[in-house]
Amino acid sequence: MTTASHPHTVPDEVRRTFGARVHSWVVTVDHKRLGMMYVGFGLLFFVIGGIEAALMRTQLAQAAGKIIDPATFNQLFTMHGTTMVFLVGMPILLGMGNYLIPLMVGARDMAFPRLNAFGLWLFVFGAALLYYSYVGAQGLYGTSAAPDVGWFAYAPLTSKTFSPGNSTDYWILGILISGLGSITTAINLVATILVMRCPGMTLMRMPLLCWMMLVTGILVIIAIPVLTGAQAMLLLDRYLGAHFFDTQNGGSAVLWQHLFWFFGHPEVYILVLPAFGFLNEIIPVFSRKVIFGYALMVAATVAIGFISLSVWAHHMFAIGMSPELNSFFAATTFLIAVPTGIKIFTWLGTMIGGRMTFATPMLFATGFISMFTFGGLTGVMLAVVPLDWQLSDSYFVVAHFHYVLFGGTVFGIFAGVFYWFPKATGRMLSEKLGKWFFWLLFLGFNMTFLPMHISGILGMPRRIYMYQPDRGLELWNMISSIGVLFQGIAVGFFIWNIIASLRNGKVAGNNPWNAWTLEWATSSPPPEWNFDQVPTVGSARPLWDIANPQDPDSRHEHHQGEGHQ
Amino acid sequence: MAKYLQIFLLILVCPSLHAIAGTDVSPNAVVCAPSNDNINAGDLNFFNSASPPAHEIREIAWLVLGICAAIFIVVESVLIWSIIRFRKRARDAGEPVQVFGSNPVELAWTVIPTIIVFVLALATLRTIREVELTEAPEGSLHVDVIAHQWWWEYRLPNLQGDGTIVTANELVVPVGRPIWLTLNSADVIHSYWIPQLNGKTDIIPNHVNHTWFQADRAGIFLGQCAEYCGTQHANMLLRVTAVDDETFNAWCAHQSSEAVSDPTVEKGRDMFLDLACMNCHAINGVSEGSFGPNLTHLMSRTTLGSGVAPLNPTTLRAWVDDPQNMKVGCNMPSLELDPNQLNEIVAYLLTLK
Repeated sequence: MTTASHPHTVPDEVRRTFGARVHSWVVTVDHKRLGMMYVGFGLLFFVIGGIEAALMRTQLAQAAGKIIDPATFNQLFTMHGTTMVFLVGMPILLGMGNYLIPLMVGARDMAFPRLNAFGLWLFVFGAALLYYSYVGAQGLYGTSAAPDVGWFAYAPLTSKTFSPGNSTDYWILGILISGLGSITTAINLVATILVMRCPGMTLMRMPLLCWMMLVTGILVIIAIPVLTGAQAMLLLDRYLGAHFFDTQNGGSAVLWQHLFWFFGHPEVYILVLPAFGFLNEIIPVFSRKVIFGYALMVAATVAIGFISLSVWAHHMFAIGMSPELNSFFAATTFLIAVPTGIKIFTWLGTMIGGRMTFATPMLFATGFISMFTFGGLTGVMLAVVPLDWQLSDSYFVVAHFHYVLFGGTVFGIFAGVFYWFPKATGRMLSEKLGKWFFWLLFLGFNMTFLPMHISGILGMPRRIYMYQPDRGLELWNMISSIGVLFQGIAVGFFIWNIIASLRNGKVAGNNPWNAWTLEWATSSPPPEWNFDQVPTVGSARPLWDIANPQDPDSRHEHHQGEGHQ
Repeated sequence: MAKYLQIFLLILVCPSLHAIAGTDVSPNAVVCAPSNDNINAGDLNFFNSASPPAHEIREIAWLVLGICAAIFIVVESVLIWSIIRFRKRARDAGEPVQVFGSNPVELAWTVIPTIIVFVLALATLRTIREVELTEAPEGSLHVDVIAHQWWWEYRLPNLQGDGTIVTANELVVPVGRPIWLTLNSADVIHSYWIPQLNGKTDIIPNHVNHTWFQADRAGIFLGQCAEYCGTQHANMLLRVTAVDDETFNAWCAHQSSEAVSDPTVEKGRDMFLDLACMNCHAINGVSEGSFGPNLTHLMSRTTLGSGVAPLNPTTLRAWVDDPQNMKVGCNMPSLELDPNQLNEIVAYLLTLK
């Protein structure tokens, strides 16, 4: 009688009207649909943020460019940074966690499904509010204007005196609201991972992505409220005459920096830990080898979580802190390089001795290792305080964090999208288009960001709408701008791939990659209830155990770290 | 993919070596430089250091660059080697040997990086002490820098007499003498960065900072504001000219003298006083405005609008006519002068040598 008793008839979706289908997505509390909407919105904003970047690169292709006026340019880099961090990185990574975590731990849904839906719609509302500024906000001359204070919105540039109108308020409120959404998602992730694991799944048998998401969730819960608080203080300054950051009345501009970066640096790890998690799933599967040193990988992740809370002032080496404080933050920053290095070595250790195949997810994962290593090492250079005094706020820094957040996070996201797309949709993405996408993006990415190291060393500060024509910057900027063209074409291939594969991609089956974690044990796409029976696991790789009953992982659990089988 | 990376590195490094080594890659590149002096591609490159703190930074930069490059090459080599060596081959059947980890190996890749960063940390701490001084070096010349949206005000003691020299955007200093800068902001956060002389120090309102340098040689040292400070952040250029003691003393004597009073341009001076000009601009002995740059010896400077254009009669006229045309969003409004007023005021300003 009910639909549930006729699972093999035509699904409801097909018969429903368009309106009813949209309605079913809007009211859903299914973690998989919510996760896919997070990723979908995130990819939409990735394109928008990319267009903003392309406009900036058009202006900077030549010295003393005259295509974009300074006010517009300042809005572009503010919106680009804000979009990429808050509306692309966070929602896609937390959204993929949303989709994957219940499946990976063998649960039916997240711990708090309604809170989960609430979080998504807070994010969407915050994002819409931020972008509404382009038509609704009043800027400097009463014209409509997006925020133009930079993504870290340093006081006192954000005060009523220097940012009249209300465009800055759109930045504050948009991010504040989407931040609340992130907090709810993080609470959900942490609760799900801690209490919803299926029988047999001890903490040390979780897929590594769950560990990364656990630490990420905890960091979000610690870091975002600090930003939310600082933004509330800023609103009080702007509208109720408070003087927290109002330097003309004894307020402190440095206080904003401490509050912002106390959020901002954990944020960098919030943006990269889940991507590390994707690699921890993908590299073993495509190397056909168990991760080399599970326990050390977990330890490194937890260590990054802790240390990342004590490095924030390395964004502030130029503010005139005492030599003692500078030394302290340099030391913690150097320290965090160690667990980060351990991760890279662990991936290499997993690849060595494996039988690697290079489908698109693995291409992106290898690209990640290569590019993230580069960005990590320029990060070490920036931890050298005196060198930071030269390179901070120059294009060298722009290059550095794009190697980490693009070469790292974004490559990780695409590795994950190609890897789990078959699970989420039941269809494979085209390998041919995927390879075009990867190589064009890899080429374009390096063309754009490698020369920026040189621009920075040649004295080009970031956030300038034009540069002087006589400083040797023309060539490097031109190469950077041309690189954007390749990236644009690459993203075209990606969109084409998604559309074409959704329509007539190869049918995936339950486990197209021959992988080992629980999400591959159910159908593709999984039913709303995820698993027909509550799964039980005896190791971190339950599907390996089923495929290799003669040599299950559980036999090695007590010998981990002691070498061979 | 690593192959691409290496090709790029090669492509990038070769031409940039010229710039890093300070050789001129654009011999006649002064297309619309702010003034007619020679500016070379490497003039804002901190590897061409010309002051003790900048030398220190350059040295540690080479050390760190070397260590990081070595690590990068090792990691990339292992990556490429494993991609080639452990690619699945046709004859491979079944799963490879599963290795769950190895205590000695894991220990090694924890301890070795720790040692490397420990060494880097020691080098860093030493250099911080060399570069970041907490008090002025002995015998230094004290200069106050006040950053404004989007120009620089300098105040220094008059060594040739009483009082204070107030000037804008272009600082002249003696070679070989430590210069101790006290950094103040009139509005938002800015950052003082002349790469060849020292790293950057932020200029934060209600939070006084200091920095210093000591030019080794005579010459022009360029830089610009390095912290986003609003609409015209891009046109807040720095220019320090280092000269020998004799020239410096002459400059001081000149800067501290009263403004030239030329009766032939009296009309222009009166207009300067009658119209809004005097509200913002000081001319010693004539007006006392302090919101904009001091114009007493305007024509002794080489650039206009904090480096937005070279200073000459044509650019000055264009600027006074409509500053918003040359520097969109700057705080000097267009005064909508009629041609006669414009002629008289520009004629007056041109006498302020």
